[in-house]
Amino acid sequence: MDKYGYIIIPSILLGFLSRLSMLKVDYRQYPSYPQGVFSHVTLGLIAASLGAVAIPSLMEKEFSAVTFLSLAAQQFREVRNLERQSLEKIDETELVPRGTAYIEDISKAFEARNYMAMLTSLLVSIFITIGGRYFKTVYAMLIGIILGIIIIFLFNRTISRDTIEEIADVYPAKISFDGPLLIVNGVSIINIGYKPSRDIYLKKGIAVEIIPKDKNSMVTLSNLGQRKSIEHNVSVLLGVRKDVDQPDFSPLAARDPDTGKIVMAVVSMENDVNYLVRLVEKTIVLESAKKKPLDSYVGRKASD
Amino acid sequence: MDVEIKGNILAVVTTDEKKIMCGGVPVFLAEDKEEQEKLSLKLSKITSGTIHDLENGCYIIVSH
Repeated sequence: MDKYGYIIIPSILLGFLSRLSMLKVDYRQYPSYPQGVFSHVTLGLIAASLGAVAIPSLMEKEFSAVTFLSLAAQQFREVRNLERQSLEKIDETELVPRGTAYIEDISKAFEARNYMAMLTSLLVSIFITIGGRYFKTVYAMLIGIILGIIIIFLFNRTISRDTIEEIADVYPAKISFDGPLLIVNGVSIINIGYKPSRDIYLKKGIAVEIIPKDKNSMVTLSNLGQRKSIEHNVSVLLGVRKDVDQPDFSPLAARDPDTGKIVMAVVSMENDVNYLVRLVEKTIVLESAKKKPLDSYVGRKASD
Repeated sequence: MDVEIKGNILAVVTTDEKKIMCGGVPVFLAEDKEEQEKLSLKLSKITSGTIHDLENGCYIIVSH
């Protein structure tokens, strides 16, 4: 340990820092604080340690140590499974569920972030080892730490996801009724049979229309999981009026088959349309919903 | 494992009995529009279903 302490300790610290930098506890409350966060912090530390000891073990000619990395990968896949299972269970208790696509995205993120922590500490330990060949130990550590911080920034930038704002324009929209049909900017969403519910929609309801910027975003927005994640975000941030025995006020996003635009009407606890627009803009684009038909020859030609 | 039926018509509430044929769904006959609305609301509260208006004098309660 004394021999390789200068490699292992900074690597673990930076790997751990990398995991912490990607662990945000915000309005989503996922991972839940404090217990969920605690287990992820611990896992991050384990991931960082595994990455940090790989190079020193190789230098000691302990080649079997590398197999531990694959063991770690197995463990983190398990993390993803656990996250998925627990989120699916919790989803049953949500008034407006997250939907499986959103859950898959979250659990994927947890797995990937552990790999990021492991890779960061592995890279830092490589930098320090190489640096140690040419410079004094202190300088080698310094180089490793500085490059490590740059890597953390790069990783954070790479895994940060797009928001709806970047793929579509969001505008406030108008709610009207055609008989019992709830209509937002000309697109009918649902049949609301109960008259008092219709009156509440007209009095308090707010609506937005989401207009995709190109064909890629049109396909992405048509994904049901993506729409569900928007509905879920609305319900968390603005609160919903619905209850289990009063499903009329579920936020519902419907698609205009002609133009591919999405409209959504909601009666929430805070009916401020400006913030509805803001929050839809800030909703993340799910990795599993993202499609890019324009990257293909057929898709490009067809959209001409 | 819980089995849930979705997208199913749970009940029909009508003011016009001529519009209804037997079809395996419970049908409730209401005297007038007011009773029809009240009945539908109660049924939707009990079944957690949504009320939809067919605009021919019939309301249906559907589980979503």
